[in-house]
Amino acid sequence: MSNYQKGSPDDAEAVPPNVESQFSVVPPRQRVGVATDDSSSAAWAVRMLNVTKSFGSIHANMGASLEVRVGEIHALVGENGAGKSTLMRVLAGLYAPDAGTVEVLGRDVSGWKTTDAIAAGVGMVHQHFMLVPTLTVAENVVLGMEPMSGLTLDKGKALADVRALSARTGLAVDAERRVSDLSVGEAQRVEILKALYRGARVLILDEPTAVLSPPETRELWQVLRTLRDAGNTVILITHKLDEVIEISSAITVMRTGRTVARLNTHATTPRDIARAMVGRDVSLALDMIPGVRITSEHEAPMPPEPTGPAALRIDGLTVSTDRNTLAVNKLSFAIAPGEVFGIAGVEGNGQTELLEALAGLRRARSGKILLENVDITQHNVRDRADAGLSHIPEDRHRRGLVLDYSIADNLILGRQHRFTSATGLDHHKIASEARNQIQAFDIRPPEPQVPARALSGGNQQKIVIAREMGRPFRVLLAAQPTRGVDVGAIEFIHAQLRKARDAGKAILLVSADLAEVLALSDRIAVMYGGQFACVLPAADCDAERLGPYMTGANG
Amino acid sequence: MSAGTRTGIAFRRHLEETLLPPLVALVVAMVVGDMLILSYGQSPSTVYRLLIDGTWGNAYGFGQVIYKATTLTCTGLAFALAARAGLFNVGAEGQLAMGGFAAALAGLALPVGTPMFVAAPICAIAAMIAGGATAAVPGVLRAKFGASEVIVTIMLNFVVLALLNYTITAHLHVPETLHTPEMHAGTVERLSDSFASFHGSAANWTLVAAIFAALGVWYFLFRSKGGYELRAVGLQPDAAEYGGVSVSGVMIRAMVWSGAIAGLGGINFVLGYKGYYEEGFAAGSGFLGIAVALVGRNHPIGILFAALLFATLSQGGLAVNALVPKQLVDILQAVVILAVATAVPEVQRELRAAAASVARTTAGVNASNAKAQS
Repeated sequence: MSNYQKGSPDDAEAVPPNVESQFSVVPPRQRVGVATDDSSSAAWAVRMLNVTKSFGSIHANMGASLEVRVGEIHALVGENGAGKSTLMRVLAGLYAPDAGTVEVLGRDVSGWKTTDAIAAGVGMVHQHFMLVPTLTVAENVVLGMEPMSGLTLDKGKALADVRALSARTGLAVDAERRVSDLSVGEAQRVEILKALYRGARVLILDEPTAVLSPPETRELWQVLRTLRDAGNTVILITHKLDEVIEISSAITVMRTGRTVARLNTHATTPRDIARAMVGRDVSLALDMIPGVRITSEHEAPMPPEPTGPAALRIDGLTVSTDRNTLAVNKLSFAIAPGEVFGIAGVEGNGQTELLEALAGLRRARSGKILLENVDITQHNVRDRADAGLSHIPEDRHRRGLVLDYSIADNLILGRQHRFTSATGLDHHKIASEARNQIQAFDIRPPEPQVPARALSGGNQQKIVIAREMGRPFRVLLAAQPTRGVDVGAIEFIHAQLRKARDAGKAILLVSADLAEVLALSDRIAVMYGGQFACVLPAADCDAERLGPYMTGANG
Repeated sequence: MSAGTRTGIAFRRHLEETLLPPLVALVVAMVVGDMLILSYGQSPSTVYRLLIDGTWGNAYGFGQVIYKATTLTCTGLAFALAARAGLFNVGAEGQLAMGGFAAALAGLALPVGTPMFVAAPICAIAAMIAGGATAAVPGVLRAKFGASEVIVTIMLNFVVLALLNYTITAHLHVPETLHTPEMHAGTVERLSDSFASFHGSAANWTLVAAIFAALGVWYFLFRSKGGYELRAVGLQPDAAEYGGVSVSGVMIRAMVWSGAIAGLGGINFVLGYKGYYEEGFAAGSGFLGIAVALVGRNHPIGILFAALLFATLSQGGLAVNALVPKQLVDILQAVVILAVATAVPEVQRELRAAAASVARTTAGVNASNAKAQS
């Protein structure tokens, strides 16, 4: 790290003048958001200046700017709700900006439409894939631009085209397979192929690694580098600072709808980026970055293996998937009070089903679940909650929140039976609960009647955290507790989890983010194929050691 | 900005967003109506005056509006209750008929001379049980087997109506008619018995049941735990399940109550108007309830007003029949529905944009104030 030059991202004039890498030429000192007098505008793949975009009273972009050179991998970072996705949707023609200019490859295209964007070579790979699962890879890729023979799809040509494209770009995927049979990583490659097939030269990827395993991420980086070397431009939206450092050559940092810094990757550090994103120093964010583990007073000595009564004991638990295949296979483990038991592993190895079975959302095929020696295997969701089980579900948009319910109503979800009076729901009690929780967990905006949908991802997650941790509980199931939330909220949520552990709660942490599991757990299990490939004290673990277990190499 | 004014503004915006769309829809319908009336060579103002005079302008017309609105309130509530649980109950037509039939049967079974305050509630409960039982079939099929309630309720309409027709023609009809014998007990007084000026109109005191149904549904949806859970199931079933709600249980209960309220609508005709069940007594009221719920935005209070609107249009059609065809009013009803269905999101977007520009201005002022202070 010492040979990185430090930038000062709080300052808009953050870019050191003399640092130029072979991939990116960061423009000389300039105020971000003000047009430069750089005459060689042809070298810009994308220039967005002073873009403003509001949705009702929510100002997603307030004079945001983004300048990307041709042939660079540019990271667009910022907290949730900073306006990154909106800015990219403006670029892709999905939204018309309220004000500001957009130039792509030297053309002024402000206020264009999606079709214009595609024609001009801007392609967006969305976080949630937009593929037709019943069609094959080739059919999906050509969808909308099908090569025709007469009135029917020329399947042979489609196949040949897609194979050629796949070979040329290194995006290896079997063109004849159905999309429903693909892994997440493969589906993402199909999305990228789709964009390239439409002639994309500026590729926008919205948090592409959120769904990928580490090996898949590495493959994606390889693909992106190949594309870059072929003269394409890549804009990467992400929260993950290690990715930014690894893959990008220039960085634009957004905060509250504005561009706050433009940095040269080679001249900055994760700490600087994090500070620019949050607007202040962030300590906890750093242990999210591999190789930068910081010690704090929270890192108490490892509690011993559970010897006394376990808070949660799983005995020979077997759970099926929706398709009635085996998801969890005779799993047994125990978690002591005051222990964080982390489960790492590539998604789809039974973690989701395990948690659903523990939470009462999925029937266990066999085995026992004991909460402080009470058999809760046959309990329903409500009885488990009453027995002291809290659950942060992995998908807050699907399960954790009723998005159209207000903050106050969401804060009682799962405990609605405890907020009733003789005549129905007790609105005074609900309101006072909301006031307390909003204050205790710093939920913004602090207005109980605002619908959860209107909140940023981090604040939505705080509602879930407040509801599940702001009440008496003994065991917490925390699934992807910080997925898709910003650095500030991650810091807050991690602090809450540590506080709960120190207060003697047992926590089962499941996260696709290995760094998070490493940072928080006392013991770590790697789940593979419905079983634990290993269970190790966290002190003995690092990414290198766990990696092989995650891919099943040691299993 | 104090919390009070903020709540005030939020409330005003909520009110605007709720009320403006149906009003805009009404204006659109009137403009279309103008054009249609002109195409018949009539003056819109004359026709509209006639429409108002024939409905709200005199006690008889108003009574007829109330009579029609009573049934529509029930079928509208029925649709809305199911819709709030994410279910599409298109079976109010059959549930309404079942309710009316059961009420008539109950009235036949009761001994002659049973006091009205005993007999009428018994008949009403019979109507609700019959309607609820009819709707339970699609509810259970949906909750347990995932069968689409849309298809099942639609098809069940035919089954129910055919079954009722068969039962009546084969066993129960008064010769030379299509209706059941007169009830022994349970009939409800008409408004005209108390207020002579309503003379001739079918409006009757079962309207109290419809109003109580609306208040009850409102209280249930927005003030009770059950309503909290039902709406959660409608919005996000996975989140409701996570919140300890039995999704299939809520679906079945929602359908049963939806059918029960639709069935309750049957007493308007049977107890309040004729005193017997007659084939096809309320044909179309079940389906029109969908439109009522749509215009009333699935809100019980909105449904009361929407039911009055549609009842006015349908009664007004008769009033203007001399000048323009009655079907013109059917077209107006269709336009109201289409306008609400399509214009509403437009209006809401416009409202939000306007609010945003206001907010921007205030934000700008605040910012410059702040700057001036610092």
